[in-house]
Amino acid sequence: MSEKTTNMKVVEGSYAVAHAVMCCRPDVISAYPITPQTHIVENLSQMVADGDLDSEFLTVDSEFSALSVLIGASACGARSYSSTTSQGLALMYEVLYNVSGMRVPIVMNVANRAVGAPLNIWNDQQDAIGARDVGWIQIYAEDVQEAVDATLQAYKIAEDSGIRTPVMVCMDGFVLTHVYEPVHLLDKELAREFLPDYKPANILDPAHPMTFGAFADPSTFTEFRYQQFEAHQKALVKIEDVAREFEETFGRYYGGLLDGYFLDDAETVIVTLGSVVGTIKDAIDDMRSVGKKVGLLKLRSYRPFPVQALRKALKNANCIAVIEKDVAIGGEAGLVTDLKSAFYNSSIRTPIIGFVAGLGGRDITIKDIRKIVAKAEASRGRIESEFEFLDLRTEIL
Amino acid sequence: MKEIRLHGRGGQGSVTAAEIIAVAAFEDKRFSQAFPAFGVERRGAPVMAFARIADKPIRIRSQIYEPDYVIVQDVTLLDVVDVAGGLKPTGKIIINTDRPKESLKLKTEAEVITIDATKIAMEILKRPIVNTTMLGAFCGASKEVGLESLNKAISERFKGELGNKNLLAIKTAYEMVS
Repeated sequence: MSEKTTNMKVVEGSYAVAHAVMCCRPDVISAYPITPQTHIVENLSQMVADGDLDSEFLTVDSEFSALSVLIGASACGARSYSSTTSQGLALMYEVLYNVSGMRVPIVMNVANRAVGAPLNIWNDQQDAIGARDVGWIQIYAEDVQEAVDATLQAYKIAEDSGIRTPVMVCMDGFVLTHVYEPVHLLDKELAREFLPDYKPANILDPAHPMTFGAFADPSTFTEFRYQQFEAHQKALVKIEDVAREFEETFGRYYGGLLDGYFLDDAETVIVTLGSVVGTIKDAIDDMRSVGKKVGLLKLRSYRPFPVQALRKALKNANCIAVIEKDVAIGGEAGLVTDLKSAFYNSSIRTPIIGFVAGLGGRDITIKDIRKIVAKAEASRGRIESEFEFLDLRTEIL
Repeated sequence: MKEIRLHGRGGQGSVTAAEIIAVAAFEDKRFSQAFPAFGVERRGAPVMAFARIADKPIRIRSQIYEPDYVIVQDVTLLDVVDVAGGLKPTGKIIINTDRPKESLKLKTEAEVITIDATKIAMEILKRPIVNTTMLGAFCGASKEVGLESLNKAISERFKGELGNKNLLAIKTAYEMVS
């Protein structure tokens, strides 16, 4: 073990993230407990009760209310935080648009989980990917450390005066929320240096009346939307800048918009997001040891979707396999659709195969990754199937 | 990398035991990971928890199918769960039981170690909670975590008199299997 591990501690992912939130010093927290997000808000509630965190913790009747009260709080200039998952995120759906449309920079951890029916409490990413168009920035974490670091980075991105856009920090439910592993907990003082207090230019203040979320008729509505679109384009730069700034302060960097693993000379590239990245890296080490030129592109920022960065990073691949834990029923799935769309008007004509895997908590193993790579390699000549459900149990259909 | 699978019933502290292994291994300056088998937790239902120990940072997130060690907290699970499933032939399975190991009829080439952890726990803790006792047995049988590191991890988790009793339970089991 190197020097770098000396300040690490083995803690639960949810605790590590709650600790990161504490270091962000939110003025107001509101959340409704739901598995597997519960430990995050329990820890925060404990920190407030113990006096370790000077926040207003508002208990409410639902996720809808939790996010709604934060709109008011954030519009008054309070740094605001929530966390949810699955049906909770679904219940917030209307409010998600209001938050992004009113440009209040709320940060929320999403403990990714399947969305019912059928009822399923386990991990996939249907909840957040399903909310890809609501105007929030979405950053996905590979491990607990990244979830911790992205939480602090998220406020810096969200609160930037040119961006003012809410951020979801997505971490796989159970896989990352309930794992115990070594983590660098954030240093409070360094976090304060990195993320100063929130001082927005425009707030709700009786002395200087202002309106948030006003009526916009056809003559202005498009321009409101365009400004949100533009903010996401600016975020493409900001996310990278903040990741670099974070590196200067904390010494850790694992990509801004995306990151690569054995990408440079890779013939077959896996594109994915979230915690399955770790398993894929181990699988790649195995395959590389027998001379297979396989690489990985880890997407960190799903919204904004980094079209140019993806084109650049994937231009040398011979075939691309997208692995994702969501399905766009009636279409294909979020990531594979977006990736194909990013390439269509470019010169890249690499075959792309989409694999839906890990739905509702189904385990993804190294063996599965090898199988996916073999299928992708076989597609170089002719694509047999461009989209499939991995390991479908046809015997029970 | 060493992989450990724990079998228990909801409420027996299997997840806690896996977490303590991770904390203790890191105390030994090794990398570690512990996680539950993400079940719908109900008291008494069969549950699993996993731990990994390695000299490099651990990236893999899948469950453990070919463990080096299996810890079984409740012998009645043998009737309902294939506890030795996938266990490496070079591995070890540690079972809490007062029955002779031959009578367990386990399908494994791995070494089978039995310990009456319930008896130890009842004598020392006055409760049939065997997770810490089983950790003592695991530590003695595997030497994958140091006893001092295990004691430190236990003391962080259980304070005062309860902590001391758990340390004694660990020591008793450790010495029995070492």
